[in-house]
Amino acid sequence: MLKVKGVKKSYKKGGLFSTERQEVLKDVSFECENGVCLGIIGESGSGKSTLGRLMLGIEKPDHGSILFNGKEVENREVRLGNISAVFQDYKSSINPFFTVEEAIMEPLIIKNKNKKENQSKIDQLLYRVGLNPSYRNKYPHELSGGEAQRVGIARAISAEPTCLLLDEAISSLDISVQTQVLNLLKELKNIYNMSFIFITHDIQAAAYICDRVIIFKDGKIEEIVEIEQLKNVQSDYAKQLLQSLITF
Amino acid sequence: MENILEVRNLRVWDLNSDKVLIANNSFDLRRSSCLAIVGESGSGKSITCRSIMRLNGSSLRQSGEILFKGENLTTLSEKKMRRKRGRKLCMILQNGMSAFDPSCVIGVHLKETLAEHFDCDWKKNEIEEKMKLAMESVMLKNPIEIMNKYPHQLSGGMLQRIMIALAIVLEPDIIIADEPTTALDTVSQFEVVEQFIQLRKKMGCSMIFISHDLGVVRKIADEVLVMKDGEIVERGPTEAIFLKPEHKYTKYLVSTRLALSENFKKLMRGETIVAES
Repeated sequence: MLKVKGVKKSYKKGGLFSTERQEVLKDVSFECENGVCLGIIGESGSGKSTLGRLMLGIEKPDHGSILFNGKEVENREVRLGNISAVFQDYKSSINPFFTVEEAIMEPLIIKNKNKKENQSKIDQLLYRVGLNPSYRNKYPHELSGGEAQRVGIARAISAEPTCLLLDEAISSLDISVQTQVLNLLKELKNIYNMSFIFITHDIQAAAYICDRVIIFKDGKIEEIVEIEQLKNVQSDYAKQLLQSLITF
Repeated sequence: MENILEVRNLRVWDLNSDKVLIANNSFDLRRSSCLAIVGESGSGKSITCRSIMRLNGSSLRQSGEILFKGENLTTLSEKKMRRKRGRKLCMILQNGMSAFDPSCVIGVHLKETLAEHFDCDWKKNEIEEKMKLAMESVMLKNPIEIMNKYPHQLSGGMLQRIMIALAIVLEPDIIIADEPTTALDTVSQFEVVEQFIQLRKKMGCSMIFISHDLGVVRKIADEVLVMKDGEIVERGPTEAIFLKPEHKYTKYLVSTRLALSENFKKLMRGETIVAES
């Protein structure tokens, strides 16, 4: 469904007139099928978030192509209602002047102008993510981190996308809330049969939810491994990563 | 063992809303032991620490006694308290990015801090030399190069380690680490925790370690306080708390954490054999 082929990306480095460029992604290729949860694991600065932005079509790759159902993802029409995202910073991802209702309404209105239908849909979405309808009139600052992230997820799934990208969506939450959100995502995956792209630095969380993980380092794919085979990783970096994990 | 820090009936409340944030908490920190405070965000862990350092915002008021080696910190003048901070009680903050001055290179900040605390009886190159050694001991390569960089050019893990290096040079009696590993990725988290363990071995200092990650706490702490909504709900030695949690809330924290790692461990069974071969 989502096909990333030979993608390269570099950013300008240094001052205004510097011509030096820093390569962030170096020839990345992989595929993600329908209904699969794909994890991308890497340390900070490895370029995994850049890859996420490219997949969302927010930025364009320098080389290579990203195809969604065979069409370029850069095209807005291709993305519309098909790809959604949830980002790490729950505080800044909801407009502070919007209530929860308005925030979720925003993507709904693009697809369907009928207000009444949308209203009932909001209740349903809130229920899905484990919030009750009394949250509709709350503002983002009244929500806790876990609740705000749930609203973000509700907004992302409101368009019923086939692909949901989660960029460190649970990293800044408490562990107990992380487990709740992960369980919620698992449920949603079964209900909507959507595919997830789960970008994280936390292998344990990835192991909890993903079917397959990509281990990412310095803008390159070190290894792609099915989650059942995680213990049999080949590359040195992946082994180091697994060893340095602090388990409970 | 004698207590190096005693907190008696600490109460913190918000002046604007009269909301009580910390209600009558008492705890002790023994010499060269590590006390961990765990709890969810908003449970008052950070406020407890900041009130020990007396660094809470002006809208928060505190009452109760904080005895450091028998001396009451709450009644000290601001000037005397400043002498205590850094030299006696050193705080390592969660967010490396905002803990350093963004407008000058790291080295300037380090020199300023050290010159302040050691009354300039160290020469400039002496400071540099000591800092270099400390930075090498926390596995930072090219310390001189790093000292000439701005905070935004370094990663979160590196900044965290620079703060630890600074603590090594200052040789405080108590280190207060406020969620030092939360913002880091797996590999640097592991390294930073290792550094903390080394730090304790090397200097024998006492430590208050705040975290919501029970895995890290289990690795480093001797004793644990569990906090919820500003109250201490359970306390005891680390293993006892995690193996036999008594309070409902502790049980909940432990079970959610277990749910996360159980799945992972299942996948990883026999992993050590692979890693060693």
